[in-house]
Amino acid sequence: MLSYFAKRTMIGILTLLAASIIVFAVLEVVPGDPARLMLGMNATDDAVRALQEQMGLNQPLLLRYLSWLGGLLGGDLGRSYTYSVPVFDLITERVAVSLPLALASLAMSTLIAIPVGMFTASNRGKLSDTATMGIAQIGVAIPSFWFALLLVYVFAVTLRLLPAGGFPGWNAGLGAGLKSLILPSIALALPQAAILARITRSALLDVLGEDYIRTARAKGLSKRQILYRHALRNALIPVLTILGLQFAFLLAGTIIIENVFYLPGLGRLVFQAITQRDLIVVEGVVMLLVATVIIVNLLVDLSYAIVDPRLRSQQ
Amino acid sequence: MKFWKLALASAAIAWLSSTVSLAAKTALVLGIVLEPPHLDPTAGAAAAIDEIVYANIFEGLTRIGPKGDVLPALAESWTKSDDGKVYTFKLHRDVKFHDGTSFGADDVKFSLDRARDGKSTNAQKGLFAAIDKVEIVDPLTVKVSLKQPSGDFLYNMGWGDAVIVAPESAELNKQTPIGTGPFRFDSWAKGSQIVIAKNPVYWGTPALLDKATFRVIPDPAAATAALLAGDVQAFPVFPSYETIPQFQADPRFKVVIGTTEGETVLGMNNKKPPFDNLKVRQAIAHAIDRKTLIDGAMFGLGTPIGSFFPPHHPSYVDLTSETNYDPQLAKKLLAEAGHADGFKTTLKLPPPTYARRGGEIIAAELREIGIEAEIIPVEWAQWLDQVFKNRDYDLTIVSHTEPNDLNIFARDDDYYFNYDNLAFKELVKQIDAVSDGSKRTELYKQAQKVLANDVPAAFLFQLPKTGIWDAKVEGLWENGPIQANDLTAVK
Repeated sequence: MLSYFAKRTMIGILTLLAASIIVFAVLEVVPGDPARLMLGMNATDDAVRALQEQMGLNQPLLLRYLSWLGGLLGGDLGRSYTYSVPVFDLITERVAVSLPLALASLAMSTLIAIPVGMFTASNRGKLSDTATMGIAQIGVAIPSFWFALLLVYVFAVTLRLLPAGGFPGWNAGLGAGLKSLILPSIALALPQAAILARITRSALLDVLGEDYIRTARAKGLSKRQILYRHALRNALIPVLTILGLQFAFLLAGTIIIENVFYLPGLGRLVFQAITQRDLIVVEGVVMLLVATVIIVNLLVDLSYAIVDPRLRSQQ
Repeated sequence: MKFWKLALASAAIAWLSSTVSLAAKTALVLGIVLEPPHLDPTAGAAAAIDEIVYANIFEGLTRIGPKGDVLPALAESWTKSDDGKVYTFKLHRDVKFHDGTSFGADDVKFSLDRARDGKSTNAQKGLFAAIDKVEIVDPLTVKVSLKQPSGDFLYNMGWGDAVIVAPESAELNKQTPIGTGPFRFDSWAKGSQIVIAKNPVYWGTPALLDKATFRVIPDPAAATAALLAGDVQAFPVFPSYETIPQFQADPRFKVVIGTTEGETVLGMNNKKPPFDNLKVRQAIAHAIDRKTLIDGAMFGLGTPIGSFFPPHHPSYVDLTSETNYDPQLAKKLLAEAGHADGFKTTLKLPPPTYARRGGEIIAAELREIGIEAEIIPVEWAQWLDQVFKNRDYDLTIVSHTEPNDLNIFARDDDYYFNYDNLAFKELVKQIDAVSDGSKRTELYKQAQKVLANDVPAAFLFQLPKTGIWDAKVEGLWENGPIQANDLTAVK
């Protein structure tokens, strides 16, 4: 188990290093000069050159990569070209929005999806199953931004129960902060829940066809006991895999929802940084995401071992 | 059960009233589309910087008023020498920067010298090009000597890029701007909002608002929802033209369509064949129906222009008839230029809606006269790199939003139009040197005619300023003579 963990960590570090090279190289090829972008169309060439010098952009590529990598190892992500504040501070500010949002929608989608999956699987073929899965199918098909706008028009514009968007910051109080995350997390959670419910249902159906379920039934266990004690646990592996993928998506792939609710999250930071050629910010965020995906995958793998004792002895 | 229903209902009501209760009248929340990269107007071109700090936090010697006129600001008065080369500014006394340091002639000298310096990263260094030297006469008097007379000098000193900063705080202005204005910087939650608060010790007429919050809302649908939900009370430059009728029909809101300095043009690469041929350029201009364009791309908002000059300017002449919509004439001109069967070309479009939507309409109109323009969407960074810097383009659409920018067609580096007309350059030089009003007007008219006839670009329309705010809000600017949200008189 321990050597397995060490091996996975090594692979993780190598992946990070490879990602750093790819990210740096790719962004270097992208046309566009951050200094010219800052100073605009009327700027004189010497003003642009002076700014390039200030940003350190006139140094050779390799030197810039090495100094960035060196900083990275020491926990320093560099300074944003556009905002001229440390990238680390920018990212932590955004994570304070994106992480609670991701966790809330993940929790919400799990709490909806697993019961729905269990309900439909145990009522397979009945009207309630078809109807629920039909709704879930719609949930998968509806574009999330449209659903988000619908939520805004109902709860913010018409009922005026919740703000239409924005994030007041945690300084404004826990209540105000949470209130502003309610609609976005619903908008994010429901499509995810629909996907997850379908996965849960099909995984459960697979398991329910297994021999040991028949044995359990023959032993005299009730349907409900079988579902909770035997079937669910065995069906969790594909569900966990999808959950892991969803978490990475929810952390940074939520640019559309962040735009609809004008939330200062990671997705918008990276989008803005790309359009402004604030490459050092893009690099910082991408590295953070790569690290997150690696860690989440590791956790998912470890959780397989908890769910399925057979995997523990295999390593 | 009953108890729970009651509790739930009262909780809902409490929540409802807390959301609906209007913010105190002395606070205003404004929506802005783009977040500024930083807040130092002397080190960046982004209009979003001036939209927050101009006239609110920072002030210059002069300032541009709501009608585009030059007004005194930190300089209470000035005199000009007879040869037009020396300006002596008398400064206001008892002016303090927001950090408590006092303002004086040394700050003016510092700011102007800093902007002109070789290491300066001022985005509009050209504004200071005429300055020869800046001298301190006494703590409240500054003498600025020019290399040659400049009719635009006082106007130039009113730009956001020419504001006066203090040596003690200049380097920190990007994050914590320290100026002399009626508002001081309060806080900035990156990606979310910027708050400014009333300066209690302002030297001039104090602001009426205690607090103003600029909330960043880039998405047009979100901007609409935020106004409707009452989350923001004003959107000085509202991004979604299609929902404007909805607000016009709603008595809670005031919709104000004003003018801007944004001349929108179809830029042509004047050195690249076939656009080096005047007849081809004229043919393209005659192929475009400005009305269809404004209706289709701008939902009917925008004023047609026939040259590179804002219609609200006193020296404006309407030259749209010089290049009126006439596809037959366009075809004839193309044939005379040797392109009777038309040709293939490209049209590079930056992100704004006016360009993307306008580009599709123009491409369709060009097809009518036989020109196949392939549309290539680009982002700003690519546009600046390919079109602006490397001039690797045939046609492009862009709005030039700086005020008083006729001179971009007279730049020595030929600008991205690659337009090189010595006579026009001479004319612009004359305009800059003349400060007599009527003579200037005459020259301005001449310059407009040269451009209208020479068609270095096809002139399309003037961008509107689409402001929407709560009907109770007063004092916001209707027009945009510069890109700013002067909040000094807002209540």
